[in-house]
Amino acid sequence: MRISVQDAPFDLGKESTDFAQGHTDMGAIVTFTGLVRDLPDDPLEVMEIEHYPGMTESALREMAQTAVARFSLGDVLVIHRYGPLYPGEMIMMVATAARHRKDAFEAAEFLMDYLKSRAPFWKREVTAQGADWVASKDEDEDALGRW
Amino acid sequence: MIDVLYFAWVRERIGLPREKIETEAKTVADLVAELRAREDRYDLAFSDLTALRVAVDQTLTDFDASLDGAREVAFFPPMTGG
Repeated sequence: MRISVQDAPFDLGKESTDFAQGHTDMGAIVTFTGLVRDLPDDPLEVMEIEHYPGMTESALREMAQTAVARFSLGDVLVIHRYGPLYPGEMIMMVATAARHRKDAFEAAEFLMDYLKSRAPFWKREVTAQGADWVASKDEDEDALGRW
Repeated sequence: MIDVLYFAWVRERIGLPREKIETEAKTVADLVAELRAREDRYDLAFSDLTALRVAVDQTLTDFDASLDGAREVAFFPPMTGG
């Protein structure tokens, strides 16, 4: 299991390839990557991500451990960036390894649902019109209900 | 003495990221009441608790949580990672 909270970019190809090495007992790997999305009507200049050093890492580790136990995972990787990020840049990725694809897919969704509303990150969008903190969505909180 | 941390717009409204506070507050709610009585900027930041989340010693909890033995309390809006 590896959890990384970092400002530096990551190499999706290298991270995915490295993660896939050495799992002779695992038949499935799922990866999810989140990107900075531009705003259709009000072009995004930059997205700033703030986090809570210390709690971020422990919250992600706890989620990852829960996913390992619940979906019988062989391994988990979570990378999440902070600081200024520009449209099209990668914000974060998760990767899950399981014996079969269903567990790997479900574990990735489980991690993303929890990460969105339980890991202490906050996004702020800066446009020519000004800067605004991204509001949480009820649907993100509701998404936890299915687990 | 307790470390109090603020993140995102809570930090902006209060105007600082963290401070040490001498308090006898028994619960998070008691601490919030003490802070609100200090100055308008605190009163404004804590005016709608449904828009806030709290962590005690880096674990999410509720406003009625005890501060017994707590070293660090953090206030922030709902999280928006991913």
